[in-house]
Amino acid sequence: MARFSPEHLETAREIIARYPRPKSALIPLLHLAQEQDGYVTDDAMRHIAELVGVTPAEVLGTCSFYEMFKLHPVGTYLVNVCTNISCMLCGGEELLAHASERLGVAPGGTTPDGRFTLEEVECIAACTEAPCLQVNYRYVTNVTNDDFDRLIDDLAAGKLDHEVPPHGTLARVRQHIPADRTAGIVPVAEAAVEPAWMHANEAPGAGGDA
Amino acid sequence: MTITDAPKIITRRFDTPDSHTITRYEETGGYQALRTALGSMSPAQVAAQVKDASLLGRGGAGFPAGVKWGFCPPGVWPRYLVVNGDESEPGTYKDRLLMERDPHQLIEGVLLASYAIGAAQAFIYIRGEMALAQERVAKALNEAYAKGYIGKNILGSDYSIDVVMAWGAGAYIVGEETALIESLEGNRGMPRLKPPFFPAAKGLYMQPTVVNNVETLSNIPWIVSNGGETFAELGAEGSKGTRIFAVSGHVKNPGVFEVEYGVTTFRDIIYAPVYGGGIRSDRALKCFIPGGASAPWFYEEHLDLPLEKATVDKAGSMLGSGAIVVMDDTTDAVAACLSVVKFFSHESCGKCTPCREGTNWLEKILRRILDGYGRPSDLDLLMDVADNISPGIAWPPKQTTICPLGPSAVSPLASALGRFRPEFEAHIARAARAEAASAPAQAVGLPGGVA
Amino acid sequence: MTDTAATPDAEVEPEVVPGVPVTIDGREIIADEGELIIDAAERHGIYIPRFCYHPRMTPVGMCRMCICEVDTGRGPALQPTCMLECTPGMVVETASPVTTKAQEGVLELLLINHPLDCRVCAKGGESPPLDQTVANGPGESRFVEEKRHKAKPIPISDIVLLDRERCILCDRCTRFAKEVAGDPLIHFINRGNDTEVNTFPDDPFASYFSGNTVQICPVGALTSATYRFRARPWDLEAVESTCQTCAVGCRMAIESSRNEVLRYQGVDIDPVNWGWLCDKGRFNFEALGSEHRLREPLIKQGDAHRQARWAEALGEAAAALQAALDAGGPERIGVIGGARLTNEAAYAWAKLAKGVLGTDNVDCRLGDSLPAEAVLGLPQATIDDACRPGGTVLYLGPDPKEALPVLYLRLRHALVHDGIGLVEVTPVRTSLSDHAAVVLQHRPGEVHTAVRALLHGIPQGQDAGGVDPDALDAARARVAAAAEAGTLTVVVGTQSVAESPQWVTDAAAALAEAYPQVRFLPLVRRGNERGALEMGLAPGLLPGRTTLADGAAWYRTTWPTVPGAAGLDTAGILTAAAAGQIDTLVLLGADPLTDFPDRDLATRGLDGARRIIALDIFLNPSVLQADVVLPVAAFGEVEGSTTNLEGRISLLNQKVTPPGTARSDWEIAAELARRLGSDLQVASTDDLWNEAVAMAPSLDGITLELLLSPDASDGVVAPLPAEATPVPDEPADDAADAPVAATEPDEDADADSDEDAEADGDSEPTGPSTPPMVAFSAAQPLDPPALDAYALRLVATRKLYDLGTLTQASPSLAGLTPGTVLRVNPYDFDRLGVVEGQTLRVKSPRGGVEVEIVTDATVLRGTAAVHTNQPDVAVNRLIDATQPVTDIRIETGGAA
Ligand SMILES: Cc1cc2nc3c(=O)[nH]c(=O)nc-3n(C[C@H](O)[C@H](O)[C@H](O)COP(=O)(O)O)c2cc1C
Ligand code: SF4
Ligand code: FES
Repeated sequence: MARFSPEHLETAREIIARYPRPKSALIPLLHLAQEQDGYVTDDAMRHIAELVGVTPAEVLGTCSFYEMFKLHPVGTYLVNVCTNISCMLCGGEELLAHASERLGVAPGGTTPDGRFTLEEVECIAACTEAPCLQVNYRYVTNVTNDDFDRLIDDLAAGKLDHEVPPHGTLARVRQHIPADRTAGIVPVAEAAVEPAWMHANEAPGAGGDA
Repeated sequence: MTITDAPKIITRRFDTPDSHTITRYEETGGYQALRTALGSMSPAQVAAQVKDASLLGRGGAGFPAGVKWGFCPPGVWPRYLVVNGDESEPGTYKDRLLMERDPHQLIEGVLLASYAIGAAQAFIYIRGEMALAQERVAKALNEAYAKGYIGKNILGSDYSIDVVMAWGAGAYIVGEETALIESLEGNRGMPRLKPPFFPAAKGLYMQPTVVNNVETLSNIPWIVSNGGETFAELGAEGSKGTRIFAVSGHVKNPGVFEVEYGVTTFRDIIYAPVYGGGIRSDRALKCFIPGGASAPWFYEEHLDLPLEKATVDKAGSMLGSGAIVVMDDTTDAVAACLSVVKFFSHESCGKCTPCREGTNWLEKILRRILDGYGRPSDLDLLMDVADNISPGIAWPPKQTTICPLGPSAVSPLASALGRFRPEFEAHIARAARAEAASAPAQAVGLPGGVA
Repeated sequence: MTDTAATPDAEVEPEVVPGVPVTIDGREIIADEGELIIDAAERHGIYIPRFCYHPRMTPVGMCRMCICEVDTGRGPALQPTCMLECTPGMVVETASPVTTKAQEGVLELLLINHPLDCRVCAKGGESPPLDQTVANGPGESRFVEEKRHKAKPIPISDIVLLDRERCILCDRCTRFAKEVAGDPLIHFINRGNDTEVNTFPDDPFASYFSGNTVQICPVGALTSATYRFRARPWDLEAVESTCQTCAVGCRMAIESSRNEVLRYQGVDIDPVNWGWLCDKGRFNFEALGSEHRLREPLIKQGDAHRQARWAEALGEAAAALQAALDAGGPERIGVIGGARLTNEAAYAWAKLAKGVLGTDNVDCRLGDSLPAEAVLGLPQATIDDACRPGGTVLYLGPDPKEALPVLYLRLRHALVHDGIGLVEVTPVRTSLSDHAAVVLQHRPGEVHTAVRALLHGIPQGQDAGGVDPDALDAARARVAAAAEAGTLTVVVGTQSVAESPQWVTDAAAALAEAYPQVRFLPLVRRGNERGALEMGLAPGLLPGRTTLADGAAWYRTTWPTVPGAAGLDTAGILTAAAAGQIDTLVLLGADPLTDFPDRDLATRGLDGARRIIALDIFLNPSVLQADVVLPVAAFGEVEGSTTNLEGRISLLNQKVTPPGTARSDWEIAAELARRLGSDLQVASTDDLWNEAVAMAPSLDGITLELLLSPDASDGVVAPLPAEATPVPDEPADDAADAPVAATEPDEDADADSDEDAEADGDSEPTGPSTPPMVAFSAAQPLDPPALDAYALRLVATRKLYDLGTLTQASPSLAGLTPGTVLRVNPYDFDRLGVVEGQTLRVKSPRGGVEVEIVTDATVLRGTAAVHTNQPDVAVNRLIDATQPVTDIRIETGGAA
């Protein structure tokens, strides 16, 4: 399965419809593809190209710019250890070394059983809780070596399944714009009018200084 | 110590665990500002309140939000509002909290800002790696739609707008506003040249676009409820209201603190027990980064400066994104410098030659020095390559690049090398010794070796 | 994160004085409104180095090579001069210490990862700033680290290779692909220091325009398989010329080394090609050096040919012509072809055929072109007219991307970047359709119905050739408004080789009648078809756009004879030949068996002709049947001039010598005339041009001096603009847009008084006066026959790469023919009981072929679309050139 499943296709169409131009949906659609397959396959990129009306090369151009998109399979759990400045000051590099030893792979590598991929990453905005890491973009903070070992054990044992979905899934809640509530998303050219409310509540002489 | 009892504005709900729910939000005055605005204020009046508040942007550049809104050329439609939730500047940690813990506050801010500027649509662009923030914002948007706060004829008024959550996929540069716009158009996040592509004139889809930071917009509901002037009563001249600072690194009590802007000093925020609590193990301070990884470093002598924009600018650095990273005297300046330079090298979008090639070269030289392969000439080389990215190596930086990312890699280098040159020299001397030690072996030239 | 504060683009007050005063390196100069600094500086002799900037593409300002100190009043700052427009009072320093340091820094950074092996690089010597570095010596590189390594050159298409190690990421090729060609198949991949250009896996850069990326790559990262390693630029010698592959006439340079053409490069001229070439035109130089070129004359002996000496072959040819004259007079001679000749050779052949032999059975077209009167007689528009911002184009022609590729680039630019409006009237969607405001899709053979309905509404109770009435309404408003505003241009050409050109001609007539002010860009396709028509290589015409009727007396003053009556076109000649009425048939670089739409008629015609004389560069299927084969010099081996589809005349130059003893076409004409006891009275191409200018009304004033003058570097559109006293009966020609406005027409009939005449041309000529130029009128066509329910009406269109001689003789192109399937609307599919992808026999009254059938919802119901002139499926077996349309049936019961 590499093109979108019927269910994902429906989601994809809904996402595209949220933007004034279809290409704007590229990144969300690539995430959707990654959610479906665990990484972004060539077929998925072709499918996305069709859906938003660009060439596959243009999809790849966007996709390969962003680090979260994986063009090859990665482990079920992507373990990202931060070594940027705040974490580095608080032991991030030592944590990475430990992680590498514990998992038996160098950063960038995937364990032979395909469960864990280890990565060294840049700042993940949890600097006051350094050192920190993410597993499939779920935070684990103030991590000691022991914490790390326990984390890996728990993940392997499936104890964290309710918190950490398999690689590819980000938000487990999707935005949904109800048809009866939408203001109406229109192409740029069609929105070229002054909004209806621009002169609302304008009491004579009560205008702001803008 | 200048620790004030200013009210908490944007983090005031953080203490309760359900602060992200619509129930809690409504119970604590949520969406009242929106009601007030739609009931009795014109868009221009909302904008005027924000202008009165002198709210400086919290994304890094510190440009007054009210002034920025006024830059949209009159009569050009559609306009868009884009929320910058890409928080990735090393050391920065606040927007994620605001999105995770109080998403409705942000949404209300977005609705008020959109009302004021006449946006056709608003986008909340959240950093890709922030799954929980995405989840919370998506849920909050769904709730707000269901309750009639977003969408068609909001609260029965003429005001209609769709707010769409977009999200990134791992690229620091997308935090730069024009790169963010490119990303939102589905492209590679490569910055556009300003001029001509100032977002306010030619932004998203080449239309007038206001890009504001999450923290900036989170202030709007309070400002509209309490009045811009009330907001402006807090803080110092030129730096009004309150502001979040994240204190990390070698402090006893790292954390995220909302403090009155412009009043509290670096010494307060690093040493006061309610804030950073002092250097870990009571060691000596070596240096600190006052405003995110792009900022030139500060030292002991800067501790008593207030956290105030103009003062810090004048002292040769910036408050940037409110990220204070503290380093104690055990820190290897070369290693710290490499960590930051490596970051910018890794995050260069690749568009400009000096940034793409230059930051990478700087990283390579630094790594060589740290690994014990430095040459005495390397220090001049470092500064010359840096000069080719940021001519004159001054502050604020000049640049041979499109955006300030390239020059950002120069700041830490100039700081470290300027202040801690002997440490670089020591690494290089180590290299020289190692070479001297291995020289005889080389002179003998042992292909195959003497087993 | 010190961000430049968002301040809106400071708008500059509109200036009263024309031009913008700026100071560059201390010199006050006047820049044009909106001109970029880099361009203004260059125009004033100050060259600012650059890599990413290309004047024909949107600046991106990313290489940073062109940064200079620019002061707009707020103090000097380093700015990319390729992005900044000149504003009044701006001060630019292109050589200050700060600028120089910054530029040197950028260059060093660009080169740290770039191999410095210019001596073996295909671009060595052509990458100015790099050359400079090498010349000045880059010094010892301070970059001791390992350079970036990428796998060696990878093919990104059939013709282009990419060496990613050399790439400096200037975005030129990728920008070209997206912005100019509209084929974004190469793209930046990855980020930062890992960025590279590449294609999507297994999705090659299959663009008709890929070669341009090789030309504009500022380093040697992109190379063509045809040129790579064959020479270094400094070995090359170049001359400028004009491509004759199709009728667009792109300006180009022929580059050779040791008498071998090694490549063509586009030359930027504003009215035509903007520096671009299509791959067919760029790479078919390979054919010139082909080992299969004809080198010596051949004479048929039994079933084979034997080599002959020129004297013998010319003697045979003259004898054949004389024999025909003796047997039944000039009507027993037919001449087909001439569209690849120079203007001069075309004139020589017109003079030989019409003025010496006296036959009017002469046609440079192969049954798939507009009538000559339409091409020459419609009020002429230029490409620029059609592409002018603010305008609207009504397009009734073939897919320009397939037929006239660089015209497509110009139109695409006008549509996508300049926002012109397009109304397309077409039987099948084309590459323009996606950009059209309205597409009116009509049934084959009913374009005139559609256009009449567009003009006058749909007659009560009828349908308009199958066109959607709502679309018709939308189009009507646009077209009428544009015509009213004087901004409408009609582009007209043959849409399908499976139908008679009469329908589209009638449509043009209806438009010309409804909108007398509107101008037309009539499309011809073959290289110098337009020039051959101008020189009279069509029945009923004489050189200079005059008719036999009007011009006979005039030409009799100089030519030995003139045909008594209008003769036959190609279909007529072939029909006559098939009926045994043609004794001698001359093929002037024509291959009717391959190229004429009706294979059956072509076969019978060639079989029926008693003798065939062929002038060609290859032994193509038709030439194989010739009794006498005369090898001719090809493009690049002759000099002269050529005329593009606008009527624009530009010079051709010789670069190499022809192979073997091949001669130029005009020399052969002169030689044959001599052997027939006459004399063309010309000793050179200059003589030919001088005589043509003296005789041909449309060439009046277009002297060699003019063509060679710097004013004519973009070519000269004929006729020169008429002055205050117009020649009677001359169709109105708008004077405003012709490029050369200063020269007055020379009314004098005397062949010698053709100096660049500043004198007025008022004096009344004596003797027969210059004849009028042809005015266009179309015969009312018959309506197409009704289509029966089991048949489909055929649309046969061309692809760029086909079985054409030059393409097939160029190894890089020969394999690019896409082949064809038959495309049918899904409705008909079901109706006729066909299965997707089945190969079935398709029959017309003329013949049958086997072809794979696929569904295509963009094909109208009742219609079938196919590409002609492709390998394996001989579509020309289905077409009957004497019928107005081609109806086919799919034999569902037959082979699978
Ligand atoms: C390299 C770079 C990275 C940036 N990253 C961020 C960021 O992560 N978040 C942010 O809000 N602003 C970031 N900015 C600043 C934005 O460009 C922009 O100024 C800001 O979003 C405007 O919002 P404000 O006026 O509300 O501060 C960055 C700027 C640069 C040059
Ligand atoms: S300075 Fe760096 S990050 Fe910014 S646009 Fe240039 S290459 Fe990209
Ligand atoms: S030529 Fe101007 S930046 Fe490249």
